[in-house]
Amino acid sequence: MLDYAWLILAFPALGALIIAFFGTRLGRRAVGILAPAMVFLSFAVSVALFMELLRLPAEDRQHELTLWRWMTVAGRGGTFSAPFNVDIALLIDQLSVTMALVVTGVGFLIHVYSAGYMHDDPRHPRYFAFLNLFILMMSTLILANNYLLMFVGWEGVGLASYLLIGFWFEKPSAADAGKKAFIVNRIGDFGLLLAIMIIWTGLGTLQFTEVFKAIQVPGTSEVPGTFAVRAATLLMLLAATGKSAQIPLFVWLPDAMEGPTPVSALIHAATMVTAGVYMIARSAALFDLAPITGEWVAWVGMATAFVAGTIALTQTDLKRILAYSTVSQLGFMFVAVGVGAYAAGIFHLMTHAFFKALLFLSAGSVMHALHGELDIRKMGNLRTKLPVTYWTFLAGAAALAGIPLLSGFFSKDAILFYAFEHAIPLWVAGIITAFITAFYSFRMVFMTFWGQERDKKLFSHAHESPRVMTVPLILLATGAVVAGYVGLPSISAIDHWLEPVFHAGEHAAEGALATGAVAHDFTLEMILLAVSALVALGGAFLAYRAYIADRDLPKRARAAFGPLTGLVENKYYVDEAYNLLIVEPLRALGEWLAATFDKRGLDGAVNGIAGLTGWAGAQVRRLQTGMVGLYALAMLFGAVALAAWLVTR
Amino acid sequence: MVPTTYYLILSAVLFTLGALGVVLRRNVLIIFMSVEMMLNAVNLTFAALARHFLQLHGQIFVLMAMAVAAAEVAVGLAIVMAVVRHKDSTNIQDMNLLKG
Repeated sequence: MLDYAWLILAFPALGALIIAFFGTRLGRRAVGILAPAMVFLSFAVSVALFMELLRLPAEDRQHELTLWRWMTVAGRGGTFSAPFNVDIALLIDQLSVTMALVVTGVGFLIHVYSAGYMHDDPRHPRYFAFLNLFILMMSTLILANNYLLMFVGWEGVGLASYLLIGFWFEKPSAADAGKKAFIVNRIGDFGLLLAIMIIWTGLGTLQFTEVFKAIQVPGTSEVPGTFAVRAATLLMLLAATGKSAQIPLFVWLPDAMEGPTPVSALIHAATMVTAGVYMIARSAALFDLAPITGEWVAWVGMATAFVAGTIALTQTDLKRILAYSTVSQLGFMFVAVGVGAYAAGIFHLMTHAFFKALLFLSAGSVMHALHGELDIRKMGNLRTKLPVTYWTFLAGAAALAGIPLLSGFFSKDAILFYAFEHAIPLWVAGIITAFITAFYSFRMVFMTFWGQERDKKLFSHAHESPRVMTVPLILLATGAVVAGYVGLPSISAIDHWLEPVFHAGEHAAEGALATGAVAHDFTLEMILLAVSALVALGGAFLAYRAYIADRDLPKRARAAFGPLTGLVENKYYVDEAYNLLIVEPLRALGEWLAATFDKRGLDGAVNGIAGLTGWAGAQVRRLQTGMVGLYALAMLFGAVALAAWLVTR
Repeated sequence: MVPTTYYLILSAVLFTLGALGVVLRRNVLIIFMSVEMMLNAVNLTFAALARHFLQLHGQIFVLMAMAVAAAEVAVGLAIVMAVVRHKDSTNIQDMNLLKG
């Protein structure tokens, strides 16, 4: 069965090709069945792989499947004495199978939902072709067994993201958002490419298993090329901040909400943005050897989580709130992998995929009911009209907030626990952010679904979504509620499941951070658990006070915070700052180059040569006087000169 | 005997006069005649030197040069006739169709 893992890639590839070429001819119904079916088949293969791995003993759960040799470049000597081989090969282990289950599972539900949501869109086949392409690329990313193939997937999901964000390209804002996403990501990709080059030149191989073996000298913490490891991991951090929308490269994610809502759910919540976290987790052995980078990862994540959380507090666009929430939760995942708790990071990735995709799809359901309205100030009392949407959204919001016993509670608490073990300030920042998270989650619930309807006309037309949309919501809500139980504290099944993957670098990690050791202090954990629970409930309660019980509270709070309010409401002016410092200078440079360098310089040079030739011709023309006498004189002079030369030779 | 040098000097003078005539005179026929004078000067040089070295090579060359001169006159005069008839003038400065 393990040898059939390539089918996970084959099905969406086939789907994308068929829909791309024959989609219009096949018609809406067929495409709306074919695309999800392909992803379902991939999901089925993932499940089969999972069952297969379960049967095997824990040490044996790593399987490499080589499909074909991609390239071979002959060696040259020194570090390059061995030939450079890169294969199209898959690595099937606990981590990749877990990711595959999440990607194909949530991907399938979102495909089904899209069949309903995008039903009336004129470019229906194009959408599903791109969506299948995305699943193909994301699967390549997580199943690759070497950095170069992973990079192919990395770039591919960036492409799919660009295509899908700018899906309604007639809208200038959507086209711009697509460009912004791709260009900002490119900065990160540059980092990853450099990291890959460093790994290649330092170790001579790009295959994960080979790389992780090569960087260890058993029994010591002496490592060949430690500077190289630090540099490579820092560059990977840069790449991850791009793909996973952290400071400083998070600005593309809120704008990406211009795309269709299922796209936001799939790409910008559940899967693509988690690629950065996955990459760091996969490179655990490298990060274990560079504790400094780990610190950076954790603190960048924490800072981002806090900043994005505060921005989410004041946004009024439902999808923007969710976008900033995603940035914030990704920050939590970064904290986890930064302190070495890779399994906790992946656990939160999993639960987040469920509840964030759920929240986005529910938001889409709300939009569908209100004909595209996203401003929560125009909503209210929708729970009476959209019951299924309400209950599923509530489940998602509660999971996001970390309400006890839901999935988000367990995963977030795990991260906070490891943060506490690493550095108490990190935990404090985390707990404050968790409070903010709970607050804005329930702010969304109360403003959208409770209270009085604020726009009577919109409200009267609101209706629940069709089953093709609500059933995925219910399934995701179930996941959002129960998925946490694989990570119960101290008996964490997911930690045990993923442990072999992250302990590959165990020997060289002496003196580095603890890799999320399983044996932890039970009492401490219970205390922290209780604190997390109180914080989550407290945030929800405060939101209730602010938006239901004591309606004046937001206004008073706004006044109390004074100038800070303006700063947060304007998203800390980050976009404006980037525009001022980077975009405008580059644009000015481009204009200067076009007007001066290109027009005057290059065109001038080319035209100048033509002009010079013309001028030279005009000068030579002056010899042709037409006066025969002059010609005769010239001949005479020439003859005399020739004779003189002959005589004096 | 007349020293050979006198012949060579005469030849040089004749050649110079012919060259000046080609360059300075305005009537095409005069220019033609100057060209002939140059040819004759060269013939004189050949003949004188043949006498000086007591060899026949010079004399033979004179005969060849005269043949060439005759042919050249025939063709040249024909062209000059055509141009003069076209331009209705014998002034060389009027024949400037080659001006660029």
